[in-house]
Amino acid sequence: MTAGMTTGLMDYDEVVARFDPVLGLEVHVELSTATKMFCSCPNVFGAPPNTHVCPTCLGLPGSLPVLNRAAVESVIRIGLALDCSIAPWCRFARKNYFYPDMPKNFQISQYDEPIALHGSLELQLADGSTLSVGIERAHMEEDTGKSLHVGGATGRIHGASYSLLDYNRAGVPLIEIVTKPIVGAGARAPEVARAYVTALRDLLRALGVSDVRMDQGSLRCDANVSLMPRGSSVFGTRTETKNVNSLRSVERAVRYEMCRQAAVLASGGEIVQETRHFDEASGTTSAGRRKETSEDYRYFPEPDLVPITPSDEWVEKLRATLPELPWQRQARVQAEWDLSDLELRDLVNAGALDLIAATVDAGAAPAEARSWWVAYLTQQANSRGMELAELGITPQQVARVISLVRAGTLTNNLARQVVDGILAGEGEPDDIIVTRGLAVVSDDSALTAAVEQALAAQPDIAAKIRGGKVAAAGAIVGAVMKATGGKANAQRVRELVLAHCAR
Amino acid sequence: MSELTRLSAAELADRISRRETSAVEVTQAHLDRIGSVDPVVRAFLHLDGDGALAAAAAVDEGLQRGDAATSPLAGVPLALKDVFTTADMPTTCGSRILEGWRPPYDSTVTRKLREAGVVLLGKTNMDEFAMGSSTENSAYGPTRNPWDLDRVPGGSGGGSATAVAAFEAPLAIGTDTGGSIRQPSAVTGTVGVKPTYGGVSRYGLVAFSSSLDQGGPVARTVLDAALLHEVIGGHDPLDSTSIDAPVPPVVAAARAGATGELTGVRIGVVSQFRGEGYQPGVLHAFETAVSRLRDLGAVIVEVSCPAFDYALPAYYLIAPSECSSNLARFDGMRYGLRCGDDGTRTAEEVMSLTREAGFGAEVKRRIMLGTYALSAGYYDAYYGQAQKVRTLIIRDFAAAFEKVDVLVSPTTPTTAFRLGERVDDPLSMYLSDLCTIPSNLAGNAALSVPAGLADDDGLPVGLQVMAPVLADDRAYRVAAAYEAARDATDGDPLWSRVPDLTEDRLSGPSIDTEDRLSGPRIAGVVGR
Repeated sequence: MTAGMTTGLMDYDEVVARFDPVLGLEVHVELSTATKMFCSCPNVFGAPPNTHVCPTCLGLPGSLPVLNRAAVESVIRIGLALDCSIAPWCRFARKNYFYPDMPKNFQISQYDEPIALHGSLELQLADGSTLSVGIERAHMEEDTGKSLHVGGATGRIHGASYSLLDYNRAGVPLIEIVTKPIVGAGARAPEVARAYVTALRDLLRALGVSDVRMDQGSLRCDANVSLMPRGSSVFGTRTETKNVNSLRSVERAVRYEMCRQAAVLASGGEIVQETRHFDEASGTTSAGRRKETSEDYRYFPEPDLVPITPSDEWVEKLRATLPELPWQRQARVQAEWDLSDLELRDLVNAGALDLIAATVDAGAAPAEARSWWVAYLTQQANSRGMELAELGITPQQVARVISLVRAGTLTNNLARQVVDGILAGEGEPDDIIVTRGLAVVSDDSALTAAVEQALAAQPDIAAKIRGGKVAAAGAIVGAVMKATGGKANAQRVRELVLAHCAR
Repeated sequence: MSELTRLSAAELADRISRRETSAVEVTQAHLDRIGSVDPVVRAFLHLDGDGALAAAAAVDEGLQRGDAATSPLAGVPLALKDVFTTADMPTTCGSRILEGWRPPYDSTVTRKLREAGVVLLGKTNMDEFAMGSSTENSAYGPTRNPWDLDRVPGGSGGGSATAVAAFEAPLAIGTDTGGSIRQPSAVTGTVGVKPTYGGVSRYGLVAFSSSLDQGGPVARTVLDAALLHEVIGGHDPLDSTSIDAPVPPVVAAARAGATGELTGVRIGVVSQFRGEGYQPGVLHAFETAVSRLRDLGAVIVEVSCPAFDYALPAYYLIAPSECSSNLARFDGMRYGLRCGDDGTRTAEEVMSLTREAGFGAEVKRRIMLGTYALSAGYYDAYYGQAQKVRTLIIRDFAAAFEKVDVLVSPTTPTTAFRLGERVDDPLSMYLSDLCTIPSNLAGNAALSVPAGLADDDGLPVGLQVMAPVLADDRAYRVAAAYEAARDATDGDPLWSRVPDLTEDRLSGPSIDTEDRLSGPRIAGVVGR
């Protein structure tokens, strides 16, 4: 069957008029621990294939797993930040299935005894409303190796002439965070899905437990989508879409599945419970290999590991290590910077809040920090089609530029040129001032000559100033600025003009 | 036969450390013995004569330099069950699927033996992946019982027990999941110990059933077993289930026991392990052993452990369940046998063909049993229920050890059975482990010490001594006391009565040479 190709899509407005979507999001996070989950191999991305392997992560006969304490601490901190309860006793289980990139043909995971249960995550949506997403559980498991299918058209196993296996990733600590069903999002379901993954990413980044790089697979999202007729409370059959590798894809995949499923249902068809594959290029999903029967993973408690029993004392110690969480930071800066809800939301939506806060932390005043990020830098990001965070300028650099303006070393105009230099990769602000020759001219002898010249060139204005029309000085200041290529300290120029005309 | 091969490990180590003999001489004597008798008994799957002599020479050199002996067993040869990984020897687990596999690493037991200066002679035969009670399930042909070459040496560790009983090695290492050390020891007249679960590291022990597997010593005397136990025991950070506690003082207990004093020791006779299904000669030997213990001053009481009746069925759900998962990794993708990879087949087909060709019937039977028991809808009724039985057995042991210091029983209901006798009847084969399984399920220490010969067939009988978790020393003390009393009464140790196996006796039992040559036979065994 090729449901995704032969069935049409229903118009989105019609979809949400006729159906209520139900979402379930499963996010896998690779932890950035120094070593793997069950062995001491380095946990790093991008090494040559099969160089970070040992008997344990290769699943060689006789090898045994030993649990990484740092991974458990990470998941407990994640659980606490998501307001979950931490199980005082839990276990690993074996999930049994055959696949060549699984060295043992079972995955050590947690099944009915996860370490963190029943939490929530508050989302802020673009219109300023908030939505609390229930967290079902967060549990630990090991990542699999990676298969590279060579010869197939799409890099998928079908049609491949051979496959290469890289076990560097095998045994990398993975946390799976599963939401409770998200009901009632309606037309905003795709946005909610994206907002959830964004909020979770920001939270995990603040916790410092993962690189959260969707492009490198350290944060992966599986989106479960089902539809029910509007007003119904009986969930429809769901599909699980995998390979959703960016925030934008999360939104697109959910939206596509809603339109596809609605078309199937509207034409009297049935949704098949299946795994679907999101294609980034076309923005569509397609059915994975159909399972004849539902997979029986034959879970049972992992006999090679002992139960995990986090003491209250340990949990509280970890709670004390939680950093300021994204929503706590927002509440704080809103108060400290005296922002309206609307202003705050704009900063959050622009991805500027953390950058501004870091700029303030680096010594800048909140108003100036905000101004730089939301005005000039946002323009630059927009014109480059980038996120602010990707621009290549650090909060520390912005703070330095601000302090140079404050000190009078740079004018605003010069400061923008310095920032351009940073964005062009020319180095630190102080170096760029030297290399581009951008320092403000505050030398009175140089400025005095320029002032005299400007007054001489416009005697009528000079006369007005002398006659007490101080506002007319602006024209002379402008002329001096022009003559000095913008490098003059405008404040000083004004003083010199007024002093000159007072003589 | 060189006299050196009949000495105990303790005596050999003593002579080597005092440089009255050399480790090389001792090793050579055992290699010679292997060369002459292993073609008959077939205890070894792989022999490493050169490696052994080199290891022995290193011990001798150290002693020559005046270094202290690296352990109380330095220079003593040992036969290692082919289920422990060895970086310098193949590790097959008696399976075709691992034929020729050379692990890139040593098991913790292997490492500890090497560090102790113990000389590894080679790897011993076993039922495939330790599943069996006769060593007939080895893909490389059976091992024969030195007491009667037409009989099995027990299993799964028949190779290790036979190597020790046939004077091919004074020491061996076995593994015991349901009795695979104790039952072979019982039927070959050797001492075999299953330490407390977690007492000996499982790192590098190819898993059959992770929650039950335990490595342990095989020897001809209780003291030798204790010396070996202390070499291989102890906490291992590479095994999460390894107990972080000192090794129980088993050597001291064996020495103390050998003085023959058991006054006030309370010994419980398990009432479930007698009666129907037990060979009269075994029961008689057992009763004699119990009365000897009484003579030594022990207080003998009857103890009932009703849940033990369910141990065997519970075991045959738990062990196959775990094995169905543990053996999933043998798929031809990364190491070992690969079948059908001709460029036309999918990975799944290659996996399937490899497993079809690589596993023997008993292994397949247990994988299927375990796969079924863990299946959705059956888990609670089978695996879940079996775990509850396990809890009941633990409680029975706990209640028993409130009343007594150790429990005793026959190790196995019968003496060695004939080759082929039970191969087509798995259930009767499984009954061999009736008395040994409870201690695997509960994790406590248990050993088998020879209790003379059965009066009905003249074959060795084992006395099982069971002790609480981490009280392995109690079992050693009782066994050593019993051993001393037995030898004092009999005049000579049981092991010394093993039939001579040298060539002129070989005309007796028939051996199928065609079958023998089919395995990965060992270079250098015969010619040495």
